[in-house]
Amino acid sequence: MIKVTDLYKAFKGNEVLKGISLSVKKGETAVIIGPSGSGKTTFLRCLNLLEVPDAGTIQIGDLSMSFSGNHRHRTRDVTNFRKRTGMVFQGYHLFPHKTAVENVMEGPIVVQKQNKKEARERALALLEKVGLAEHAEKYPYQLSGGQEQRVGIARAMAMNPDVLLFDEPTSALDPELVGEVLNVMKDLAEEGMTMVVVTHEMAFAREVANQVIFMDGGKIIEKGTPEDIFDRSENERTNQFLNRIKVRV
Amino acid sequence: MELSARASDILHLLLNSFWPILKAGLAFTIPLTLITFALGLILGFIIAIIRLFKIKVLKDIAYLYVWVIRGTPLLVQLFILFYGLPSIGLILDPFTAAVIGFTLNMGAYNSEIIRAAIDSIHKGQWEAAYSLGMTKAQAMRRIIIPQAMRVSIPPLSNSFISLVKDTSLAATITVGELFRKGQEIAATNYEPFWIYIEVAVIYLIFCTILNYFQSLMEKRTSRHLEQ
Ligand SMILES: Nc1ncnc2c1ncn2[C@@H]1O[C@H](COP(=O)(O)OP(=O)(O)OP(=O)(O)O)[C@@H](O)[C@H]1O
Ligand SMILES: [Mg+2]
Repeated sequence: MIKVTDLYKAFKGNEVLKGISLSVKKGETAVIIGPSGSGKTTFLRCLNLLEVPDAGTIQIGDLSMSFSGNHRHRTRDVTNFRKRTGMVFQGYHLFPHKTAVENVMEGPIVVQKQNKKEARERALALLEKVGLAEHAEKYPYQLSGGQEQRVGIARAMAMNPDVLLFDEPTSALDPELVGEVLNVMKDLAEEGMTMVVVTHEMAFAREVANQVIFMDGGKIIEKGTPEDIFDRSENERTNQFLNRIKVRV
Repeated sequence: MELSARASDILHLLLNSFWPILKAGLAFTIPLTLITFALGLILGFIIAIIRLFKIKVLKDIAYLYVWVIRGTPLLVQLFILFYGLPSIGLILDPFTAAVIGFTLNMGAYNSEIIRAAIDSIHKGQWEAAYSLGMTKAQAMRRIIIPQAMRVSIPPLSNSFISLVKDTSLAATITVGELFRKGQEIAATNYEPFWIYIEVAVIYLIFCTILNYFQSLMEKRTSRHLEQ
């Protein structure tokens, strides 16, 4: 479903991604872990072209895009490619001037030109699925962080993406609200959604991930099953990082 | 005795001049304000969009325009339009010249307000819109502008209220608005102190009414925002 080959990205000479290659099969959940500044967010943003990579290839489903410094892609191609992925942000980024259900309807109405009634029905079904049926008419400021993030997930799902991308979806949440968001994500994984998740929730990674990817300094240091990484890794940097995380959690 | 006779004279004068001055306000000051504010809003919006989207050539013209208008006195701009243009063969009637002058002025200042309001919207909003597959224009129209509108209402209302008062400058290019009417009356009855106080009071009434509408609008549009 996803195949990334030799992805490079630099910000003003500061190399942030130095040759990332990975693939994620349909229905799989890949969890990306790694220290702050290792390029996890940048990598996810490259996957839906919020950042344009300097070099490399990204394939999602049957759409593939290659990048090189001097070639600019047409806006239409970028937009089309983007529709294949849904993004869930650390800071939710719900639209504050729209209710929960309007947030979820917005993409289908504006981008897919669905009619309002249909879009609304489907949005309500999605909100029900993330456990927010009774909050559909509330504005974001009337919701808790956990509820906001679940609306964020429903909003991303509404576009029927091939892949959902999560950038630390729970790290802005109070601890007691983390569970409700992770549960929704677990359900999605079980239903066969393809997901790439950046997170520090190691218990979630162990339970849900098919593949754990450890990044450091803009490179993938190691990838494998949760057991490979958490229990059997012989890599020094991986172990250092895991020890630190365990102390912190 | 003498003092009260003088007081009654003045009162008489004020009562007699109140309606003519108010009428000039209603016939010229208010229409001039409303027309130029509406046009200035449209112009400001267009300029802001040109500069935000960095449209080739137009953005340089927009930049130049804002730079010139903001860097020169409104009074001088009005004089160029009304007294200057005829010498190159372009004669404008006073009201038209005033509309053009004030509109150009409003447009420049409003474009800065609108641009700042759009800039103030968190970039996460753009990204959320893009991540749904929206184009820049769709994101602008559906997500950014509605939020920016709320942000820009207080500063735009301020520029509206300033405009009401600034229209008094139109007196200098012979538009028969509120202030000019006051001047005319003061010149014939030699009571400038009282007449100009009366003029000020009428402006104050206009602005107070507008302030009231402004706060009403702010309340309505901030309903959905976190306090
Ligand atoms: N838009 C940008 N412009 C310049 N530098 C950037 C930009 N975005 C990210 N960087 C830099 O790229 C590096 C990697 O950032 P990134 O956000 O991808 O790391 P991360 O692994 O997500 O870290 P964290 O765990 O703190 O979220 C950092 O050094 C950051 O300063
Ligand atoms: Mg990050």
